[in-house]
Amino acid sequence: MTLRLAVATTAAVVLATGTAAAATKLTVYTALEPEQLGPYKKAFETDNPDITIQWVRDSTGVVTAKLLAEKANPQADVVWGLAASSLMILDQQGMLDGYAPAGLATIKPEFRDAKDQPTWVGMDAWMAALCFNTVEAGKKNLPKPQSWADLAKPEYKGQVVMPNPASSGTGFLAVSGWMQIMGDKPAWEYMDKLHDNVAVYTHSGSKPCKMAAAGEYPIGLSIEYTGAQQKTKGAPIDVILASEGTGWDMEATAIVKGTKNLDAARKLADWASTDKAAKLYTQYYAVAAVKGVSNYPANYPANAEAAMIKKNDFAWAASNRDAILAEWSKRYNAKSEPK
Amino acid sequence: MHAKTLPLRMKRTGDSLVLDGVLVLLGLFLVAFIVLPLVMVALRSVYDRNDAFVGLANYIAFLDTPSLSQSIGNSVTIALVSTIITTLLAFAYAYAITRTAMPGKGVFKALAQIPILAPSLLPGISLVYLFGNQGPLRFLLMGESIYGPIGIVLGEVFYTFPHAVMILTVALSTADARLYEAAESLGAGPLRRFFTITVPGARYGLISAVFVVFTLVITDFGVPKVVGGQYNVLATDVYKQVVGQQNFGMGAVVGMVLLLPAVLAFAADWIGQRKQTALLSARSVPYVPSRRPWCDGAMFALCTLIAGLLAGILGTAAFASLIRYWPYDLTPTLAHYAFAEVDETGWRSYGNSLILAGLTAVIGTVTVFAGAYLVERGPASAGIKAAVRLLAILPLAVPGMVLGLAYIFFFNHPGNPMNALYGTMGILVLSTVVHFYTVSHLTAATALKQLDAEFESVSASLKVPVWRTFFRVTVPLCLLAILDIALYFFVNAMTTVSAVVFLYAPDTKPASVAVLNMDDAGEIAGAAAMAMMIVYTSAAVRLLHTGASHWLSQRTQTWRRR
Repeated sequence: MTLRLAVATTAAVVLATGTAAAATKLTVYTALEPEQLGPYKKAFETDNPDITIQWVRDSTGVVTAKLLAEKANPQADVVWGLAASSLMILDQQGMLDGYAPAGLATIKPEFRDAKDQPTWVGMDAWMAALCFNTVEAGKKNLPKPQSWADLAKPEYKGQVVMPNPASSGTGFLAVSGWMQIMGDKPAWEYMDKLHDNVAVYTHSGSKPCKMAAAGEYPIGLSIEYTGAQQKTKGAPIDVILASEGTGWDMEATAIVKGTKNLDAARKLADWASTDKAAKLYTQYYAVAAVKGVSNYPANYPANAEAAMIKKNDFAWAASNRDAILAEWSKRYNAKSEPK
Repeated sequence: MHAKTLPLRMKRTGDSLVLDGVLVLLGLFLVAFIVLPLVMVALRSVYDRNDAFVGLANYIAFLDTPSLSQSIGNSVTIALVSTIITTLLAFAYAYAITRTAMPGKGVFKALAQIPILAPSLLPGISLVYLFGNQGPLRFLLMGESIYGPIGIVLGEVFYTFPHAVMILTVALSTADARLYEAAESLGAGPLRRFFTITVPGARYGLISAVFVVFTLVITDFGVPKVVGGQYNVLATDVYKQVVGQQNFGMGAVVGMVLLLPAVLAFAADWIGQRKQTALLSARSVPYVPSRRPWCDGAMFALCTLIAGLLAGILGTAAFASLIRYWPYDLTPTLAHYAFAEVDETGWRSYGNSLILAGLTAVIGTVTVFAGAYLVERGPASAGIKAAVRLLAILPLAVPGMVLGLAYIFFFNHPGNPMNALYGTMGILVLSTVVHFYTVSHLTAATALKQLDAEFESVSASLKVPVWRTFFRVTVPLCLLAILDIALYFFVNAMTTVSAVVFLYAPDTKPASVAVLNMDDAGEIAGAAAMAMMIVYTSAAVRLLHTGASHWLSQRTQTWRRR
């Protein structure tokens, strides 16, 4: 009996030391911009030295696709920094674990899943903006577009790059924004006209702005943060938020159901909605989910919070995503024969 | 199972049993890692997103969606045009290398390999720099856009050229001089000799080259991904369906459509093979090209032009990776090589690629050569051989995206005992070996076919064990082909992106995926820089290969010379 007890105790001690010594490795799926990953990881790990983050990063569509493909055998522990409209699809598939993080009370109500144990909690908002290359536009005598209506004018024929909403979260939020601003039918009519002006639909949301910044095309419909970042790097661009208001989505955090590291996952969910985390997010984006935290990074468009459309129905966007994308592909992929 | 316990020296029947067993094992390997995953894709294509069986609804939706069904025509057009251009250029180039006395043949042979050193994203990137809206050569397109069919065809010709040259060089490298001597003494002119001896002799290689290029183009998504613009092709459709719309059912449907060329390719190969006879018998006299000043000069000029274009595409990417902010700030910089600034994996992805390429080269070469040997020269029945041959050809037509997806469905299935492979380097190696199995197999098979069948029968009549003949005759005679295969695996593992893009885990992400990620994010200079790291590495390995081949050639291939 005593021998057995001794063995058990030793085993327990060894196990405890083992666990304490080895940091928990947390696999985190994300669509955050690559340059944000280093700082976010470092900040979290400094506060949680027993946890190591291992990122799996791609654009919104890819990360969502990967999570869905792995539904039967999830590889991710946590999703940190994915569009809320994508997380809602995962939620509909029952893939997310409800959890109320410690700082839930400080989160703005529209920035979280409404359930008591929310399956996702927002981090910050990002929106569609126009990157306008003043040098190339000058060469072509193009006026600066101020509104979505401007952008569809015939003078911009073949001058616009925008992300494909089927793969890009930014592309999708722009489209869902137009549909909410203009209504279904007018939005499709608008996109028909815009389509004539679009030279390339890109896979990622940040690329159109980088193409505009490099002068490949004068106008890129892209992410407001990328615009500010490229301008700061020295690109000759203006970042414009359309006067009618602009579609937006939020980056959010969620715990993947079935994670083997639930405690560590919850620690990350807790940390992701602290003031400290929100201050980090606002190094890049103006609007955070945590009440009272906001900041305007260098060259960030000044009217961001005012430009975001007020009634943004994510649930509508998530449940209509398939139908919208099918219609979009039918109209614009088919028409997009080379001219 | 009992094979291992048999004594080393055994009777012919024992030999045959073991060899048959190994061939069957290889067949099972291919069934497990290409057929079963494809079956999963086929099954997936008749289910919707909520795992409900929907029959052919996805296929009907595919045909009803003009943007998707249109891609069939686009893909076939691009593939046909690229195949014609590539095969003609490659045949001329391979002919110049093997059958003329022009100077610098070794250099040209090496330069033809330039495109193989780079991921297929690289020609896309270079074409954008050269012919894009800020490109210095834009005027050459006379108002047409590089984003579309022109860009795709240019990129695909670049990308597939070395594959065609590799096959055609092997096909043209051995010829029986007696045929030419006989023809000449009978009064046949050079043109007649070309069309009655050279072309028929290389017929099998030509057919192989045509279908290899065709399927490479139709399944490549790197080039259309970067310069395709709005011109949809099937391979990018798979990507868009799966990645953008998360529609695995439809992705699986497009994947199934992409498998059609495999059927055609197999038919072509089968017809070609029936007519193929050994070019080199034990009594052959190897052909040595003599000087023909006009022909040599013209071929030299053509090869210089082609090699110059290939080098130019590569040079553009090298140059672009060193420019601070194209086209506004042209100061040289190494800043784009600080990958961690724009890609979270940074330099680690490069290390991952080295490991992946090394393992793929070793495991792939051993598997492929042994397999090709057993298919071409083993004692197995014709039925088994035909089955394995079909299995070996299948991977070529499987687009990387589809293979990657298939492996997710297959390996990530909770019921699969090999589940633990998922997310490891092992699955990347496995998928890469399978993905590049076919061309390696054809190279090995072509080399093996050129050996006289009498080698085995003579050994058998002398009661020499099969493996002794294998290791002391077959392998040495085919060593150059074996080295080519190892190099092919290594370099393709460095450059491949499509198969691994769905399979990498955070700590196994390869450099080629980093190129794709950076290009996707619009960090085109960073993408060019990482692509160049892949090129530099592949080039270094290629140089090693050239050295080793040369040394081996001195030691083992003197029988080919007079």
